[in-house]
Amino acid sequence: MFYYILKRILQVIPVLIGVTLILFILMYIIPEDPARLILQKGATEQALANLREKMGIDKPLYVQYWRYVSNLARGDLGISYRYRRPVNDILAEHYPNSIRLALVAIVIEVIIGIFAGIISAVKKYSFWDMLVTISTTLAVCIPVFWLGMMFQVAFGLKLGWLPMSGMGDGSIKYYILPAITLASVSTAFVARMTRGSMLEVLSNDYITTAHAKGLSEFRVITKHALKNALIPVVTLIGLDLGALMGGAILTETVFSWPGVGRTIYLAILQRDAPVVIGGTIILVLIFIVMNLIVDILYAWLDPRIRFEQKELNV
Amino acid sequence: MYPEVKKDLKEQSEITEILEDVGMEKKYSRSSLYKDALRRLKKNKLAMIGLAIIIFLIIIAILAPLVSPYNPIERIKEESSLSPSRAHLFGTDLLGRDIFSRVVYGSRISLEVGIIAVGISVAIGLFFGALAGYFGNVSDVLIMRMADIFFAFPYILGAIVIMTVLGPGLINIFIAIGILGWASFARIFRGSILSIKNKEYIEAARALGASNFRIITKHIFPNAFAPIIVYATMNVGTAIIVEAALSFLGLGVQPPTPAWGKMLSESLNYIDIAPWMMFFPGLAIVITVLGFVLLGDGLRDAFDPRLK
Repeated sequence: MFYYILKRILQVIPVLIGVTLILFILMYIIPEDPARLILQKGATEQALANLREKMGIDKPLYVQYWRYVSNLARGDLGISYRYRRPVNDILAEHYPNSIRLALVAIVIEVIIGIFAGIISAVKKYSFWDMLVTISTTLAVCIPVFWLGMMFQVAFGLKLGWLPMSGMGDGSIKYYILPAITLASVSTAFVARMTRGSMLEVLSNDYITTAHAKGLSEFRVITKHALKNALIPVVTLIGLDLGALMGGAILTETVFSWPGVGRTIYLAILQRDAPVVIGGTIILVLIFIVMNLIVDILYAWLDPRIRFEQKELNV
Repeated sequence: MYPEVKKDLKEQSEITEILEDVGMEKKYSRSSLYKDALRRLKKNKLAMIGLAIIIFLIIIAILAPLVSPYNPIERIKEESSLSPSRAHLFGTDLLGRDIFSRVVYGSRISLEVGIIAVGISVAIGLFFGALAGYFGNVSDVLIMRMADIFFAFPYILGAIVIMTVLGPGLINIFIAIGILGWASFARIFRGSILSIKNKEYIEAARALGASNFRIITKHIFPNAFAPIIVYATMNVGTAIIVEAALSFLGLGVQPPTPAWGKMLSESLNYIDIAPWMMFFPGLAIVITVLGFVLLGDGLRDAFDPRLK
């Protein structure tokens, strides 16, 4: 197990280098001159040159990359072109809001997704199964931002039950619409996966044995089937936190949610590259770390993976 | 010739005769993976609905000038933000443009992006996938690590970053979505090449004296290609959603060109006074993506009925 974990961690390193390198190159091929962006119109050539020297952007690219990476390793994401404040501070203000929203979305996804998946597996080909299948197919086809707008019109505008946008005082009613919107696609995936994995488990002999022992249907499903069926689902949910952070850009834009996704969106409009790249790096890091944790968790839950890896190494 | 072989051949010809008598031999000799799949696909109602949606949309996109009653970028001041009526089926927007005509023209952008961007992904993915699968070793490790890097980006996030750098525009959307998608195709193609390379029927073909070229073109490619077709079809739907998201964020096609995502972002501030502005473009996206998802599901079941 130890070697497996070590190997997976080592595999992440080249990915990290690649990701930072790509993002760094992208940031520096933006045609606009950062010095000009910061000082804006009317700056003298001398002032521009001074700033370029101060920022180090007159140095060769590899020197700049090394500086960027070593700053990054110390957790420094640079200075925003627009606000002239550290990117760290800007992101730190907005991250908690995004994480909170993502956690509420995961709770929704787990409860609705697993429940719908179980119902449709246990009552295969029934009305409920059909309903779940149709809604999961549709959920994948609906762009999240459109779903969000439809919710705003229906529950905010027409029915007036919930606030349409913003975070207000931070009470739970502000979370409901954006969280459901953010969770929509993932919920569909969780439901589908639970259904598939549940169907597979239910066809096993030990389920028949449990039935033969005279256990109630409820007990068979919750005690015997669900535990095994949920292994792949748990890993999917782990992976989802990263995906949800990516989806946050659209959801937060629609609902004017003061999170990191909206911050990235506003930075795009203002051509504020350090904020865009810094925010993206953090999101990608979360994604990679979640991947790593899920892989290790999976290997721990299902020993076959560890052994398969070992055999491949030989 | 050895007597046993002679006997075998005789039995074989007898079987062939019997099969011909019952009219089966022709079917057997002509049948192929793709024909079988097509036969199964035709029986799948949902897949056929998906195909019908796609064909319908392609026709609409081609015939857009004939189908749309108004010029999609023409502004009629007196007719701004009208609710849907007989004159304007989907209503008009704040600038007095006919939303129905804009939705019809918008189908062009969505379909173009979906098909061309995924085409780019497939081309890059097949090239690198084949390189990794056939040659293995160093190229395999390098290419697959490259793929890992691309997998580390959530799709939409990656597209946003690339578009921020390249700037808005249709060609840049092709590039952004095309580049981001290659890793999945490379991985799938490499996987199927690896699994097929050592199959018994490849050994059999080799034993029969087939050349490498023949093995690759006749045996490996057709079998490795099926999952690519399935995944590409589904991916067109994803690409269309990503394009809509980019346009929604202002990173896509620039106004006044009508694109569904752009129409949605234009309607964002007016959902209280003109909800129809956002309803129809969104519905168009859902229907289009649904078409590709249904067809993709159907293709998957058709190529590999065991998965059903």
